[in-house]
Amino acid sequence: MSVLSVRDLHVTYRTKGGDVPAVRDVTFDIDRGHVLGLAGESGCGKSTIAGAILRLHSARTRIEGEISLEGQDVLALRPGPLRAVRWTGASIIFQGALHALNPVREVGDQIAEAITVHKLAGEREARVRTAELLEQVGLPARRIDDYPHELSGGQKQRVMIAMALACNPSLVIADEPTTALDVMVQAQVLQLLKSLQRELGLAMLFITHDLSVLAEVSDRIAIMYAGKIVEEGAADRVFHEPAHPYTTALAGAFPEIGDMRFRGKPSGLGGDPPDPQHIPSGCPFHPRCPVAIDACPTLDVDLWSAGEDRRAACIHVSGAPSFSEAST
Amino acid sequence: MSDTALERHEQTMGEPIIEVRGLEVSFAGRTSLLQGFRRDKVSVATAVDGVDLTLHEGEVLALAGESGCGKTTLARAIMGLIRPNAGQILFRGKPLGRKLHAYRREVQMVFQDPTASLNPRQTIYESVAEGLRIHGIHQGPNGETEEELVARALSQAGLRPPQRFYLLFPHELSGGQRQRVVIAGALVLDPKVIVADEPVSNLDASVRGEILQLLLKVRDELRLSILIVTHDLGLAWTVADRVAVMYLGRIVEAGPAEDVLLHPRHPYTKALLNVVPEAGGIDRPILLGEPPDPTRIPPGCRFHPRCPVVATGEAAKLGIEERCRGEDVGLEELAPGHLAACYEAWIERDSITSPLPAPSTREDPRTLGP
Amino acid sequence: MSTIETPRQPSEFTVGVEAEPPPAPRDPKKIRWARRRRAITGFWRVYRKNKMGMVGLVLLGVFVLVALAAPLMVSPDDLKPATAPGISFQPPSSEFPLGTDDFGRSVLDLVIYGSRISLLVGFAATVMTMVVGTAVGIAGGYYGGRVDTVMNAFTNWFLVIPWIPLAIVLASILGRSLFNTILVIGLTSWAGTARLVRADTLSVKERPYVERARALGASSWHLVTRHILPNVMPVIFANTVLTVALSILAETTLALLGLGDPLSVSWGTVIFDAFDAGALSAGLWWWLIPPGVCICLVTLAFTMCGYALDEVLNPRIRER
Repeated sequence: MSVLSVRDLHVTYRTKGGDVPAVRDVTFDIDRGHVLGLAGESGCGKSTIAGAILRLHSARTRIEGEISLEGQDVLALRPGPLRAVRWTGASIIFQGALHALNPVREVGDQIAEAITVHKLAGEREARVRTAELLEQVGLPARRIDDYPHELSGGQKQRVMIAMALACNPSLVIADEPTTALDVMVQAQVLQLLKSLQRELGLAMLFITHDLSVLAEVSDRIAIMYAGKIVEEGAADRVFHEPAHPYTTALAGAFPEIGDMRFRGKPSGLGGDPPDPQHIPSGCPFHPRCPVAIDACPTLDVDLWSAGEDRRAACIHVSGAPSFSEAST
Repeated sequence: MSDTALERHEQTMGEPIIEVRGLEVSFAGRTSLLQGFRRDKVSVATAVDGVDLTLHEGEVLALAGESGCGKTTLARAIMGLIRPNAGQILFRGKPLGRKLHAYRREVQMVFQDPTASLNPRQTIYESVAEGLRIHGIHQGPNGETEEELVARALSQAGLRPPQRFYLLFPHELSGGQRQRVVIAGALVLDPKVIVADEPVSNLDASVRGEILQLLLKVRDELRLSILIVTHDLGLAWTVADRVAVMYLGRIVEAGPAEDVLLHPRHPYTKALLNVVPEAGGIDRPILLGEPPDPTRIPPGCRFHPRCPVVATGEAAKLGIEERCRGEDVGLEELAPGHLAACYEAWIERDSITSPLPAPSTREDPRTLGP
Repeated sequence: MSTIETPRQPSEFTVGVEAEPPPAPRDPKKIRWARRRRAITGFWRVYRKNKMGMVGLVLLGVFVLVALAAPLMVSPDDLKPATAPGISFQPPSSEFPLGTDDFGRSVLDLVIYGSRISLLVGFAATVMTMVVGTAVGIAGGYYGGRVDTVMNAFTNWFLVIPWIPLAIVLASILGRSLFNTILVIGLTSWAGTARLVRADTLSVKERPYVERARALGASSWHLVTRHILPNVMPVIFANTVLTVALSILAETTLALLGLGDPLSVSWGTVIFDAFDAGALSAGLWWWLIPPGVCICLVTLAFTMCGYALDEVLNPRIRER
């Protein structure tokens, strides 16, 4: 059963310099109890999608397409029902969570706020629930009255997770939840997220640029580039047998220790991730692609089948239409 | 160590160029106005607590560890940006004096944030030429003009044609290009050593490889030595010849990269390698707790409060628990060039009479005991 | 997987700019000038778009032009009480658009000529404030430690003292003259600037590019002049503009208190004379209001420019 269903999503920011297409024609589903990993670098649109699901963008941003959360069309909701759905239907663990806590309020208060704002419980019950949540994320309940500065980075992140779970959402969006953390603390937090997700049967959208983290926590991975999904499939296979050349490059940035292919040979791409205001024509990856051919700058590229339960937007995959230059 | 690894090891190992002996750096905590005036010392954070390290000519040494372990402080002390409280830094065998002007020409730094490392009001040309101007160099060794030296440095850093970049401001370049400019600014003085503090962690993932390739290229072409400070062991695997792992102000393990990363001896190194994410799930033992506070260093082996060997009772079984808890442990050589500061590792060494197998397959780092 | 026929070589290093900059000269000095030119044209292009800034600038321009052209518009004889051209206390007429004062001088002449002293004092006092304030602020901020403690104490002392009583005391000790007016205003204003500059210096000092320059081997002088000062400039600049406005107001206040130079004609002295002659109770509005309006307009003009500068200078530093 699909908890989140996104169809043909287009998100365009309107700026003084013109329209900026941040997300273009994105379609995916997340089922109950499944984790979808969304990988990509700066400017690819992944954080924009997170904001779009809860309609956190400004009114000037143009959002087209369909976003269904538990069957409800989020984009069609009026402000009242929308506010009700926020946090109870889906919640977000924000990027830069270390700064997302109000420094002058106790952390318990901030978690309880999520509950009381949605009128799910009175103040006393909310406090009890908050203590439960803290235990669930591995913090002693007595920390309920601590201020953010009394907690370490990893502990603050756990508070953010507790907050995200406060209203029993069906979907949790984690936007770069471990980026600023030390590798050991990152492992702890990832372990926590994974066990909570299993325990509570949550659907999760995990957004990060670190492909190896996604390989570890997600069931499926979708790779984004220049606002589009360029590859998707089962997590393990996407990471170990990438079909799209960009995925290969991204995976190469997180080599496994012991893999002799990368010893002394750092793998990287020339150029930079494209500016959403200046997306290259045809396949947006072609200026940096090591296997680009003459057809690529004019190619109307789409997600084609790249094997069983796999799709990639590259002319070289098996399901791509054949062209006169490429021989099968 | 296998034969090929040893060969590679000996090939890249040149003469020692920077030697650090018994280095100590501590910081005083917050003080009040009056205390500041009287220079009172309040709580002291010992960032570097007795470090011995050698950087050889032509080698890439990775200094790895979590935040708070002192690796950045150590790098800055080597650069001469922080004055140590104790210990010595030798450059080519001679200790650094108080006047570091000449030293600065030979040892250059590349910082973590390329955007913040460049003065936003200076053009690229001026940022690169700055080093020359500070040292009063108007001519190259073969009579080159300042402009020719700048052009050469920019080219070496991969920005071609260099003239295109002269008049640009940092905000007009991408992150990767900015880092190249910083590297060019370091190369223009023809240094012997580059100290790179997390040189790629602020860059987009697909761009990192290029910058690392550049560092390796300049190491090969110009016979530079590079000290890379990083928290990313995967990066160390990719570029480093040798790795030194730091914990709470001390080096706990050091040796050739393949040895340390594939056959770690210290429990902390093993734990760090365990948690590098990889496909297949995270059901591996993870250290509890947070990176500890440099103002409160535990007695005995400073890792013992978090050490799985102590926690699981292995240490008691081996009879070393008393020492782990009470006696400070130093680095000892376990295999040629491979040192570790751990009582358990020493026992392991002493019990092994045959050389280690070749690192052709990845050993399971889950085994913690002998 | 299909075989690859003609793999395209990716362009090796793409320059991330839209417009190609002009071909760079090879001479370092020319490069420096080219950079300055680029910086100024870039700044102007953005400033031009700021409506408030442009209005302020135009208004300011008018006043400065009038001040500079004053000797051509007003003959000095017309300003001497003995040779005044008109009859006293005349309301505005075609001959004297702003009427006359107690000596029969044209108020318009007085206002035009008065702009010179007012603006001069404003600018001069500001220069003094800026120089002293910046020096103290940067010294304290950069060196820290004991130097900072002393500078800070010094600054706070001046900051806390209410400036009018201080001005009165200083004026009575030093005597009433144009130079002393400037001195008094400078002495009472520099502390505010010093505070601001010190705060910004503390923040700029910690920036990685300063550390990089230190790592390159730069001396303190190099760091301060080439890195800290240029990056503290925006704050100084915006503050300067506001300080001029405040200095002009200060000069007016001093003149109104009777502490200005009795021999010079400034907007403040005109108002003072008007009050002295009982213009308020006699209803001689044409004598009182014009100088006041001018002061308001000039202050407004500087303030608008100051706000615009704040807006313009900050986004420019903000990188993509």
